[in-house]
Amino acid sequence: MVINAYGLDFKELNAKIRAVGSDCVVEGCIGQRYIGEGLDGVTLKLYGTPGNTLGGYLNGATIEVFGNAQDEVGDTMNAGRIIVHGNIGDAAGYAMRGGVICVRGNAGYRTGIHMKEYKDKRPVIIIGGYTGSFLGEYQAGGVIIVLGLGGPSPYTGNIVGEFPCTGMHGGKLFLRGRAEGVDFPAQVNVRLAGEEDRAELAGHLEIFAYSFGYPLGWLLDSDYTVVTPNTKRPYKQLYVQN
Amino acid sequence: MPNYILPDFEVERRDDRCIRCRVCERQCANEVHSYDEENDVMLADELKCVGCHRCVALCPTRALKIVKYSGTFRENANWSNQSILEIYKQAESGGVLLSSMGTPNPCPVYFDKILINASQVTNPSIDPLREPMETRVFLGKRPQNIERDETGKLNNNLPPQLELSVPIMFSAMSYGSISYNAHESLARAATELGIYYNTGEGGLHEDFYKYGPNTIVQVASGRFGVHKGYLDVAAAIEIKMGQGAKPGIGGHLPGEKITEDVSRARMIPVGTDAISPAPHHDIYSIEDLRQLVYSLKEATEYKKPVIVKVAAVHNIAAIASGIARSGADIIAIDGFRGGTGAAPTRIRDNVGIPIELALASVDKRLRDEGIRGNVSLVVAGSIRNSADVVKAIALGADACYIGTAALIALGCHLCRTCHLGKCNWGIATQRPDLVKRLNPEIGYKRLVNLVTAWQHEIKELLGGMGINSIEALRGNRLMLRGVGLNEKELEILGIKHAGE
Repeated sequence: MVINAYGLDFKELNAKIRAVGSDCVVEGCIGQRYIGEGLDGVTLKLYGTPGNTLGGYLNGATIEVFGNAQDEVGDTMNAGRIIVHGNIGDAAGYAMRGGVICVRGNAGYRTGIHMKEYKDKRPVIIIGGYTGSFLGEYQAGGVIIVLGLGGPSPYTGNIVGEFPCTGMHGGKLFLRGRAEGVDFPAQVNVRLAGEEDRAELAGHLEIFAYSFGYPLGWLLDSDYTVVTPNTKRPYKQLYVQN
Repeated sequence: MPNYILPDFEVERRDDRCIRCRVCERQCANEVHSYDEENDVMLADELKCVGCHRCVALCPTRALKIVKYSGTFRENANWSNQSILEIYKQAESGGVLLSSMGTPNPCPVYFDKILINASQVTNPSIDPLREPMETRVFLGKRPQNIERDETGKLNNNLPPQLELSVPIMFSAMSYGSISYNAHESLARAATELGIYYNTGEGGLHEDFYKYGPNTIVQVASGRFGVHKGYLDVAAAIEIKMGQGAKPGIGGHLPGEKITEDVSRARMIPVGTDAISPAPHHDIYSIEDLRQLVYSLKEATEYKKPVIVKVAAVHNIAAIASGIARSGADIIAIDGFRGGTGAAPTRIRDNVGIPIELALASVDKRLRDEGIRGNVSLVVAGSIRNSADVVKAIALGADACYIGTAALIALGCHLCRTCHLGKCNWGIATQRPDLVKRLNPEIGYKRLVNLVTAWQHEIKELLGGMGINSIEALRGNRLMLRGVGLNEKELEILGIKHAGE
């Protein structure tokens, strides 16, 4: 089933996608918001540029975008896959709890903000390029991987922007390379990836390698920096009973 | 480091009545009472007493009395005992002062300075025992125009509404801040009463999905427990932007309260802190708010109203005007005196404005701009009785949220130590031995009794005014008069002074 999105507003387009209720291709996306919200069990292939909150509350569906996506990709996503062949905007994977967001290009500010995990749900965000500032802010779980394949950000000279991992209290961040010159906050531990980390990383990167045609061995042929929180209770000592 | 802290209370035990049954000792989670076997006396560590009265209520011989600590520092009108003790606490710990429930400070309560009208001679009052009185209200957007099809039949263009048998709902209190049994009591009472309770931002326990038709689910900055099923099961979705007790700051449920069960509802691991940051990370403007409102509407196919809850702050009228244009169906405003399970003392006692002034100015602003019908207004932040409900509605509200009043109905004694997690009444705790003290079978009946009693009182007050429908009272400020208010206060409230 092919839907032509051109000229439809988000309400009409999303109603059509829901009405189809099975795999479909959407052509001519032009900024329509909320595409695929809450969907499970289907595959959407999108051409053009979908708007904000692509795949919000996604519940198991697969969304593949052959172009760029905008802000809040996978907002509060629970399960499923979002694969973007271009760049994405700000706040991708906000409070995401499960599933995978896999981006070939760059990401904006606040990627993976307040990402969580729960039982067998461990969300993963993989950014092939660089990210903006505030990467993994308040990260409470899950895995964020930044590869920086196209080189560092022209704005900061690093593959991440300013202030990564502020308020991080769970989960794990992988940065390709040695993250030299990146300023991390006091409440995280920063180290080079060991054998176990690299085995875990290899598992996460399979979808990236497969989706965008990179050899997995080549992706892994580099140092990786691992960032984890040094406490689950960053605010424990802050209060006194009154 | 030396500890200079004084007790808040003294435990008075009448030895002639005490039978050494040690109920007080077993009932006190704060471990105030103990038994000295050698001398056969009950002892009390008064520093630990929070004044919750659990021991007093359960003492079989009424041997116990908890009284205010009578010791005092040298009298000082400027430096109260409380001010001095707070400094000691901070000097000893370096911590931010943390409190619970609404502010105990003597801030003005405008509801107490507003009086309600009644009919005399020239217009008849109505006897609610004899004549039907309508207390039902609908919350949601009102259609701007009537649409008909080509045959002249009415098109139903009514946006989704909440129907309330009485204009009272239970306000947002999360599972985690309050107990399973407290939530069950609220959910069952809301169902029986034909009103709604609100999950708060802690997700929804799987056992309570069956109360979905009477449940408002909350989406806050932390997005705890938010997923498709949670949104689908609810009658309405509330976006929490702020809370009256702590405007401008976030929430933080400490790891010890994230038990196995709470972790399931919140969908986060056991024992980790649940941090709700102050802002939503994706909302910096009314346009951004609109985006989240429509995100939730899309996710639920436009079948349920979306509420936006904000704290009453200085520019509340302009903020509400923005929200009314954001696509939200209902605005909930939580006033300065509103409750909380934990808030920094300084924020709770110093930030925000009273709900009466906020409500009056919001209602006026929305009317002036011709957008009052875009939204319903729900107010909270210390609605203590049915007269407060009636006054709020006459000031322009569509309905009220009650939180503290509902907890008091469940047995809360307002000791204001919810944040310690050791609630002896089984309300603000996750300790299984304490939670079981609140029997939801009894709890829900007490809530039903409370709201039913208020409904009767509302009908009597309405009847006295010669009004037979609560809808006819909404925004009817002529039914109110102020006493002891200055001109500016009267102007903001939009009411006349008594005698005018």
